Amino acid sequence: MIEIVRQKAGELLNQGKIKGFIAPSRENGHVAPRLFTRVEELSTLNLGDSSSEGDARYPLDKILITLHRKYPDDCFGILVRGCDQRGLYTLYRLNQLNPDRVIEVGIACSPGLAKACECLKPFPDDAVAGDPVAPEGQKAVEMVEDMDMAGRFEFWMDQFSKCVKCYGCRDICPMCFCNECSLECKDLVSKGDLPVDIPVFHLVRAMHMADRCIDCGLCEEACPSDIPLRTLYKKTGRIMDEEFGFTSGINKHEKSPLSIMGPAPDKKGP
Amino acid sequence: MDYQNILTTCTYCGCGCNFFLEVLDGELTGTIPCKTSPVNEGKLCIKGWNVHEFVQSDKRLKRPMIRKNGNLEEVSWDEALDYTAARLKTVKAEKGSDAVGFFASAKVTCEENYLMQKFARAAVGTNSVDHCARL
Ligand code: SF4
Ligand code: SF4
Ligand code: SF4
Repeated sequence: MIEIVRQKAGELLNQGKIKGFIAPSRENGHVAPRLFTRVEELSTLNLGDSSSEGDARYPLDKILITLHRKYPDDCFGILVRGCDQRGLYTLYRLNQLNPDRVIEVGIACSPGLAKACECLKPFPDDAVAGDPVAPEGQKAVEMVEDMDMAGRFEFWMDQFSKCVKCYGCRDICPMCFCNECSLECKDLVSKGDLPVDIPVFHLVRAMHMADRCIDCGLCEEACPSDIPLRTLYKKTGRIMDEEFGFTSGINKHEKSPLSIMGPAPDKKGP
Repeated sequence: MDYQNILTTCTYCGCGCNFFLEVLDGELTGTIPCKTSPVNEGKLCIKGWNVHEFVQSDKRLKRPMIRKNGNLEEVSWDEALDYTAARLKTVKAEKGSDAVGFFASAKVTCEENYLMQKFARAAVGTNSVDHCARL
């Protein structure tokens, strides 16, 4: 799989179609996100795998935003898994990236990774490598849904009380790009104080993620307190699907129902 | 266009978390926790997450300062060190060793902290040594 990606990225660089290719790289014994600008550099290319598949994924979409903001006229290549591509579709929709300036090189995830992520789309459209596998069931969300309301409340309050207010969930998130963040609005979240405002901090973030979260899971992996954030955002995503038939980033050109003024659109979902 | 992620170690405390400093054309644009670091496994505290901001902050102190007539003024290192040495000597002579206290730092090496407590105990003669994290 990696050879196909290397070859594809090399072609794009050689043909001058892209200024650089964004992908992980294995260097100094670590896996780091990198902008490859020359074909010779591609020997260290990595797919975000360190000791197991996908365990060293980084917010590549976020790096693309940084580059695009400074170099809006240049075109970049980027390695995408299903979630990264959902992220790009969402960022195109939110006018943070220009699809004409991005060339996606997609890989499909293995059944094992799809299962670990409980992924709704473990493959990008037009994958160049890997065999697409079917979407996975949402066991983590269902486990919480199976609790009664009091149990659910207790479960989440317990989880939120572990928060150390590092803001890592926001900082790592490829879908968090706002210049002004509600989590820094002092009417919602106190500044310089611990414990964090519970559950306001986590629910504000969950609501803002409702039509954005592409379920990459990077927030949960960055959370030093092991709070099951992904389950929380999967749940908000599920509400969006049930209410509006919308799932963030699944369809390239779909507008978010939350950005439409007027009455709620008809349900399209299952 | 020069975009790089530089692997480095956090200077804030003794844990030694690893992260990448994102550098675009010579300017720090972000901090990314290193997932393959056995120390922090892709996680950071709020201080670590904001390292790229303090490095380039306008508020950062880059030169020693002495308060003169109520105002902080930038001075040379020589003047700052002479002033500090003279004051330490005077306070010790007039009020005794225990009138002086020392604050160690999490942002320096073990060896530097060792030297500081040695200076406190052997040169000044006090065991009033504490740590900045308790401030
Ligand atoms: S969320 Fe889906 S696409 Fe992303 S790494 Fe997991 S399985 Fe792959
Ligand atoms: S899973 Fe977490 S990091 Fe990924 S898009 Fe959703 S909120 Fe952001
Ligand atoms: S990453 Fe975890 S501990 Fe840090 S602010 Fe988010 S929920 Fe809290």
